[in-house]
Amino acid sequence: MEIFLQQVVSGLATGGIYGSLALALVMIYQATDVVNYAQGEMAMFSTYLAWTMINAGLPYWAAFVATLAIAFVGGLVIERVVIRPVENAPILTIVIVCIGLLVILNSLAGWIYSYIQKPFPSPFPETPIVIGTVVFGAHDLGAIGVTLVVLVFLYGFFRYTMLGLAMRAAAQNPSSSRLCGIRVGWMLAVGWGLAALVGAVAGMMVAPIVFLDPNTSPGGAVLGGLIVGVVENLVGTYVRFIGTELKLTVALTMILVVLVVKPSGLFGRAVVHRV
Amino acid sequence: MTGARAWERALVVAALALACALPFALSGFRAFQFTQVGIYAIALLGLNILTGYNGQISLGHGAFYAIGAYTTAIMLDKWNVPYGLTIPVAGLVCLVAGFLFGIPALRLEGLYLALATFALALAVPQILKYFEHWTGGSQGIVLSRPEAPAGLTLTPDQWLYFMTLGVLVVLFVLSANLLRGRTGRAIVAIRDNPIAAQAMGVNTALYKSLTFGVSAAYTGVAGALSAVAVAFVAPDTFNVFLSITLLVGIVVGGLASISGAIFGALFIQFVPNWAQDISKAAPWAIYGIFLIVFMYTMPRGIAGSLKLVLNRLARASGGAGGPV
Amino acid sequence: MALLEVEGLEAQYGWTKVLHGIRFEVEDGGITTILGANGAGKTTTLRAVCGMVRTAGEIRFDGRRLAGRATEDIVRLGIAHVPEGRGTFMQLTVEENLRLGAYARREKGALAGALTRVYDYFPVLGERRRQIAGSLSGGEQQMLAVGRALMLRPRLLLLDEPSLGLAPLVVREIFRIVRAINREERVGVLLVEQNAATALDLADHAYLLETGRVVMSGPSADLRRDDAIRRAYLGY
Repeated sequence: MEIFLQQVVSGLATGGIYGSLALALVMIYQATDVVNYAQGEMAMFSTYLAWTMINAGLPYWAAFVATLAIAFVGGLVIERVVIRPVENAPILTIVIVCIGLLVILNSLAGWIYSYIQKPFPSPFPETPIVIGTVVFGAHDLGAIGVTLVVLVFLYGFFRYTMLGLAMRAAAQNPSSSRLCGIRVGWMLAVGWGLAALVGAVAGMMVAPIVFLDPNTSPGGAVLGGLIVGVVENLVGTYVRFIGTELKLTVALTMILVVLVVKPSGLFGRAVVHRV
Repeated sequence: MTGARAWERALVVAALALACALPFALSGFRAFQFTQVGIYAIALLGLNILTGYNGQISLGHGAFYAIGAYTTAIMLDKWNVPYGLTIPVAGLVCLVAGFLFGIPALRLEGLYLALATFALALAVPQILKYFEHWTGGSQGIVLSRPEAPAGLTLTPDQWLYFMTLGVLVVLFVLSANLLRGRTGRAIVAIRDNPIAAQAMGVNTALYKSLTFGVSAAYTGVAGALSAVAVAFVAPDTFNVFLSITLLVGIVVGGLASISGAIFGALFIQFVPNWAQDISKAAPWAIYGIFLIVFMYTMPRGIAGSLKLVLNRLARASGGAGGPV
Repeated sequence: MALLEVEGLEAQYGWTKVLHGIRFEVEDGGITTILGANGAGKTTTLRAVCGMVRTAGEIRFDGRRLAGRATEDIVRLGIAHVPEGRGTFMQLTVEENLRLGAYARREKGALAGALTRVYDYFPVLGERRRQIAGSLSGGEQQMLAVGRALMLRPRLLLLDEPSLGLAPLVVREIFRIVRAINREERVGVLLVEQNAATALDLADHAYLLETGRVVMSGPSADLRRDDAIRRAYLGY
């Protein structure tokens, strides 16, 4: 019984990281319509950058902040340079460009850092936290804390700032947004930047648990989380199809709890079709 | 435009003649590569019927490819069924599987459907490993390559090539007829305006799940052919990357275009090899760059660009032409 | 000098030319209306002023040439456009819609004042400020669109058929408020309408557009007395 409880708790912890990050990405998606299939690879690459900086002797949190900044700017620049030329092309053309981006990043990471797994440090103490008879990994708890901060930050950003509002407007009604003076293209770029930033957080929080290597990247898990999150967001009924991996299933349960409380997502956006 | 039609027909005949001559001019290995192109082309046509014509994005067609391949492999391995017979059965199994998956997929649109099918692609290799008794687990199933029937003086490579070509021609003609007629118009109408299509009396739910079934059947036949040709199936060859490759194939080849399937198949078969020749260190980076540049220059795929050229040729030769 | 001067304006969609060199003006603080039937090019004229279609010809706002500027930059000069179909952000709240109207304004603290002003003109919007804009009635959405434009504190207001699909009583109310805005804020108005009678009552200057050409222009009072206009557009 104790072993069972222990398993549930540690599963819940990892699932919690995936779950909250998936939720963060879903939030960005809902607010900006930014779909980035290279999301996972960008996260993986950011984590490698963090690894490089930490190995060069930078303190963890300095490397953390620097990585976030690089990821944000990187996402922004990639949107402006790579995605912009196909902005008005059919959606699948954009998807293919994203796939191109994905294989480039994956291949570059393998080339620069080799495909050998690398350990990634955790900023949290190694001593576990014991509550009753159940043991929590300090990293698990810390990572959940960090992702929750990201979540709250994003929620506040979209809800209360003018820029967040403008981004949501640009996603909903581009032509009307232009008439309000909003530079729609840049809003999209900021969306990419934010998504890259959240991905980087995900990568750095998950890497200490699963190690770093270009193929089984933490980013891939985040993408999985995103998939589950988005699909879940629309149809709770199809859970059975997806729950092939326990971690994701637990992440799913986390999201489910949120969805039961707020069924149409955090902004309460109901989809209405006009004929 | 009749001029463009004539050009098109001439090209089809030329391509077919070239395809028949090809295996005699090439080494066995090259011929095998072109067999692979034919197999991909069938799979791509299947995906294109669903995604290009009907507008349902699937990131999981590798799953149907796998189901087709395993149907054939299991029938050959366990029951010694003649391989020629396993191929239509594989198509049938995938037709049913696709139709059934198409029903829940009715409720999903665009990105959400893409993600649900993506989940399917993720799940299939794991399911295959799970039913180890039938599938041989991660080890897969090793088969023997078929010889050419007695009386035909063909090498096994050439025989496989012509068998694939035969299946390809039949399936392409079938789909061309299907898509040109009433059914094809209904399929396209659903993509362009589902509500209007419904209002005109098209049973959108039935058509969409049927399209899913037909599409899966094509891709399943391709999978079955690949099991016969490669003489080996293993779960990890049908990973997510296969599904993504198929999607790349139809977009690069040209959405909602039958000839696009061939162009796309050539691309996904040969471009990774070229990338490998250019850079051994990071071949996929080269491939990615190539893919992106390709999308910039031909956002509507090879078939889309070719159509523009053909129209221009026809106008030049036919004199007066309408606006583009 | 007029607030908006347009000369030799041409516009096209694809290969189809919609405007064939029209000229018109809006006085500073004046109300000009462009009348015409469906497809005469009225909406295109407004879109051309805002840089939303490819154009040739001369458009000057407050003496500055608008050609080649992006829509976002034209808005920053003080031109607010209430587009065809109202351009409501359906999934945002009423107040969020209004806040977006002030997006292009730089000055700090302008928001609260602007909101109060809009709620003064349209009390119903104040009552529904927390409601999702998509749940408003047609008339309320039109008020929201005008209110959003007002948030910019514009010098020129472009109105695209504000009467479309609304009950006569609601139309009268909206036109009354537009007149009040015009007088109290000295906002120039360029109004495009099919509803000629109402538009001519409001405007001091009018132009009649037929298939992309100005066929008649002058003070509203003159046009209202013209026999051809009366028969074709006023119906008496």
